[in-house]
Amino acid sequence: MSDVQSPIAVLLLSLLAGAIRVSTPYLFVSLGECLTEKGGRVNLGLEGILVSGAMSGYAGAYLTGSPWAGVLIAGGIGLLLGCIHGLICSLPRVSDIAFGIALMLFGTGLAFYLGKPFIAPQAPMLVSIDLGAWSASPQLHNALQVNPLFVIGVVLALALQWGLRSTRWGMTLRLVGENAESARAMGYPITRVRIAATAAGGFFAGVGGAYLSLVYPGSWNEGLSSGQGLMAVALVIFARWQPLRCLWAALLFGAAGALGPALQAIGVTSGYYLFNAAPYVLTLAIMIVNCRQDRTLAGAPGELSLTR
Amino acid sequence: MGAHARSPAQPGTARVLLAVLPALPTLAAVAGTLLLFSLFLLVQGQPAGEALMLIAQGAFGSTFAWQNTLMRAAPLMLTALCVALPARVGLIVIGGEGALALGGLAAAMLAQRLPDTMPWFLATPALAVAAMVTGGVWIGAVGALRQWRGVNETISSLLMAYIAIALFKFLVEGPLRDPASLNKPSTPTLPEPFMIGALPGLDVHWGLFWGVLVCIAAWVFVSHSTQGFAMRVTGGNPRAARLVGLPVNSLALTACVLGGAAAGLAGMFEVAAVQGSANAALLAGYGYAGILVAFAARQHPLAIVACALMIGGIEASGSLLQRRLDLPDATTLVLQGLLFANLLAWEALGKPLASWRVSLQGAAQSAPAHQMEQSHV
Repeated sequence: MSDVQSPIAVLLLSLLAGAIRVSTPYLFVSLGECLTEKGGRVNLGLEGILVSGAMSGYAGAYLTGSPWAGVLIAGGIGLLLGCIHGLICSLPRVSDIAFGIALMLFGTGLAFYLGKPFIAPQAPMLVSIDLGAWSASPQLHNALQVNPLFVIGVVLALALQWGLRSTRWGMTLRLVGENAESARAMGYPITRVRIAATAAGGFFAGVGGAYLSLVYPGSWNEGLSSGQGLMAVALVIFARWQPLRCLWAALLFGAAGALGPALQAIGVTSGYYLFNAAPYVLTLAIMIVNCRQDRTLAGAPGELSLTR
Repeated sequence: MGAHARSPAQPGTARVLLAVLPALPTLAAVAGTLLLFSLFLLVQGQPAGEALMLIAQGAFGSTFAWQNTLMRAAPLMLTALCVALPARVGLIVIGGEGALALGGLAAAMLAQRLPDTMPWFLATPALAVAAMVTGGVWIGAVGALRQWRGVNETISSLLMAYIAIALFKFLVEGPLRDPASLNKPSTPTLPEPFMIGALPGLDVHWGLFWGVLVCIAAWVFVSHSTQGFAMRVTGGNPRAARLVGLPVNSLALTACVLGGAAAGLAGMFEVAAVQGSANAALLAGYGYAGILVAFAARQHPLAIVACALMIGGIEASGSLLQRRLDLPDATTLVLQGLLFANLLAWEALGKPLASWRVSLQGAAQSAPAHQMEQSHV
């Protein structure tokens, strides 16, 4: 009994493995978006930052020979792009939603342009931690290959949950996002706080992108991201702006994203594209269930243009 | 600019400046884009001046370039309306790519059901209606979700586009696939009589004519009809619109349905005039580039025609840049992204410009009044 045979068990195992493997980019981007939105701004450009992060992370790992240097470079690029979003949206009359769309196009275009020479070469990958060596079943063993970035993401979710609630910095950010007028009255630099939150959010999204190219799927090409950056925005709404709930939501989205490949593993190959659309359908369904016309969403920061 | 605002201008100059004023943010954005794009190329040691020349040449430098540009501008006009019409009621819809894909697919599917003997003047409108209804329903759903469930339309429209593309790929590579299409999965090719030909004297299909016509019709609708006016009021202030008794929900839904229908029509022309069948080449990003066109046109239907030519031209120049300078095909994407970001960032000029305008208006009006006083004396 060393191998799992029943198709249901194989499916569940692949979903579990997928949840852990696919969820990490969702987790990082949603934590970044959560931080940005806590300050009262929306950054739809995280999709572009994710793709830029994937490209620069891969290129960085290839050029330096160290995948961790790649992760840091990806975060740096994300920080830079997040900074641009934060600065430009601080100008009068500039809509954060519209500029996010522009950043989405710009980040993607930039990544495709600069990433052209890096499609062919093989960069060093981030090595996973083997937590399943005790298991005799190869599928279970495989499912428990946990990447350090996932662990960092979990720690980050816990840290943000605590930090937003219990530190001076977290309280300032929440006040700025909840009621800018009273923050201004108390003398907090609203614009600077928002720019910092957007830049930090960009850093996280960049790291999430590096996971795409350095862990799973683990290569750089132009079809790498399929809207994870944008779905993270919906995921934050689902998580009601709570970092810890972002973790559970990311795992759920990861499982949905793994549905197509998991069904393929047990021999269901028709409708591959339809099953791959599961995360989008899930996102849409969640938004339809969670949103109401007559009241703002529970837990939404008061200054958010997205929920008005 | 601050200096201008303070110094009293001459009446004549004031009038000229007043006329140029609204175009100032756009001009600044174009200048900023060209500057940043040149810097971007110069940093990599690429000849920036030559690249800009090649873009102009590849877009409008020859008959072939013009045809290439016009071919791309035609669908862009229609997908831009998918952004501009909902924008009238204050909605930011960015899912035109999905409406285009499903509209094209609907046209291709209907073409299989129609008898081959049907004359083109019956078949083509039927295909157009099928595409427009499909696109209209798809984006209409986004509007309905917004108005009745409060679901953010920007996110839902893009999700709907991803779902539409998945559905499109599933159907084209699965149930609707023509077994004869081996390495490029496609639906069966349209019967020859159903194909849409070229405009007389041009190598560009009739979609261009209809694109321009639909833009003009949209302009008449939004700026000269009661419903268009009601939409503008709704977009300006939905609460006030509700207070004066405007049917805000149905106005928003109408704008979304019309926008989706325009994008669906673009899909029909791509199938019936360019591709000959529904296949993955339909997903060329016209829906996304249409967002940029609409924002560059500041959501004005007539300005969309000009901006579609500009963006279509930039896209058309990609292959020339690739051939002459060995630049990647994503170069035009970088340029478009820079342009989009600049267009939005220079909106910030609006605030100082508004105060400048007030002082200029004062200067322009003071002169005739002064002259009149003199003549009476």
